[in-house]
Amino acid sequence: METEKRHTSLQYERELQEIKDNLIYMGVLTEKAIAKGIKALLLRDSDLARTVIAEDDEIDRLDVDIEDKCIRLLALRQPAARDLRFITTAIKINGHLERIGDMAANISEKVIILSEEPQLKPYVDIPRMADIACGMIRQSLDALVNENVALANKVRSSDELVDNLNEQIFRELLTFMMEDVRNIHRATIIMQISKNLERISDHAKGIADMVVYLVTGKSVRHEEPPES
Amino acid sequence: MTETSKAETKNLSFFYGNFQALKNINLSILEKKVTALIGPSGCGKTTFLRCFNRMHDLYPHNRYEGEIILLPENTNIISPDIDPIEVRMHISMVFQKPNPFPKSIYENVAYGLRVRGINKKSALDEKVEKSLREAALWDEVRNRLYGQAFDLSGGQQQRLCIARALATDPEMILFDEPTSALDPIATSKIEELIIELKSKVTILIVTHNMQQAARISDKTGFFYLGELIEYSTTDKLFTAPAVKQTEEYITGRFG
Repeated sequence: METEKRHTSLQYERELQEIKDNLIYMGVLTEKAIAKGIKALLLRDSDLARTVIAEDDEIDRLDVDIEDKCIRLLALRQPAARDLRFITTAIKINGHLERIGDMAANISEKVIILSEEPQLKPYVDIPRMADIACGMIRQSLDALVNENVALANKVRSSDELVDNLNEQIFRELLTFMMEDVRNIHRATIIMQISKNLERISDHAKGIADMVVYLVTGKSVRHEEPPES
Repeated sequence: MTETSKAETKNLSFFYGNFQALKNINLSILEKKVTALIGPSGCGKTTFLRCFNRMHDLYPHNRYEGEIILLPENTNIISPDIDPIEVRMHISMVFQKPNPFPKSIYENVAYGLRVRGINKKSALDEKVEKSLREAALWDEVRNRLYGQAFDLSGGQQQRLCIARALATDPEMILFDEPTSALDPIATSKIEELIIELKSKVTILIVTHNMQQAARISDKTGFFYLGELIEYSTTDKLFTAPAVKQTEEYITGRFG
């Protein structure tokens, strides 16, 4: 890839880089939050789940901070072309990451409830979903840093895997509910965890969509990813 | 709205003596639209603009190559057979610094008409008022038409120059950085005026202020070292330009 020329204003260059760095940091925090939440689910560890909920404050703080920085640059620098696309993309990616943080906290709230009751079933597909979703977040942000459209498209097509797993979990939990009405409460809570993971992967796909826009200037949000 | 060409340059080159300032420019200027030309100093944008009313003819050793076809007449306005004075009747120009004549407000606007042989007072009165109205200056000067043009503020003087340019019913008006000597309020009045004028005339504008180009133009051309690097709709050029050099220039990563 061609190296980008430096901006004549180094201060502006630094401010753009700072936004990018903060998005990456936010991405790392959301990944950690999901992984911890799932670990708490498997270990039935409510204390660990509570730390995830508490740590969401840091993600919320970053959300406000990044948005402020973007709005400030829009007002002061009147960015154009790639810089304009970067800043508008950053605002959207920021929103996606903030929602992912909320969903990780939401998963942890469900974990606390589940920990107080006997385990309904062994968890196999949920950790797989979480792994894929975390990988999607990581790869979408890698694609942002390296402006890699191919990688962004890979993330966009991974979304289907998570959707399928969610469907599968739903069908499996239905059988538990039909077997015994006393399973319904726990089954619906597990379903909500699964739904949260499915939504997280939608947001990761949203980040990848914006990376494609940043690099190509073309909006692909409502288009199918190209077949790989 | 349909898009019709008002003027087309065909392999237009321009030389100041031995120095080639424009290299084979092919560009189509759309009728009743605002076309902006941007680029760093010395890129050829002003040279290009000046070709359109034969300003370069005023100096020796300047040479044109190629054609500028004015439509629908289909005349090559840089052909030596065409009288530059006649070209300037069709294509007027507004300069960077307001340059009214040392005459009254009224006479500034009437000047082009008098040159054309129109001297009848009622005809002049009518045309002066119409032009001043179109230039959004009438209400400010209607009671002082015979006062000196130099007594007006900078922004008013520039609008007077626009009224003077409009008086001869041109098909096209050239603006060479028309607001670079004006404050932000006078600037926004001129910008507003340019947007209004495009319902009547075709406008070609050179500007160093990229936000200005983005705000008022329909099409934008980016010039660099005498070449037209990119020419597209203004929206596209400022959000997702196709050429790397354009991208670097408009984001400030240039030089």
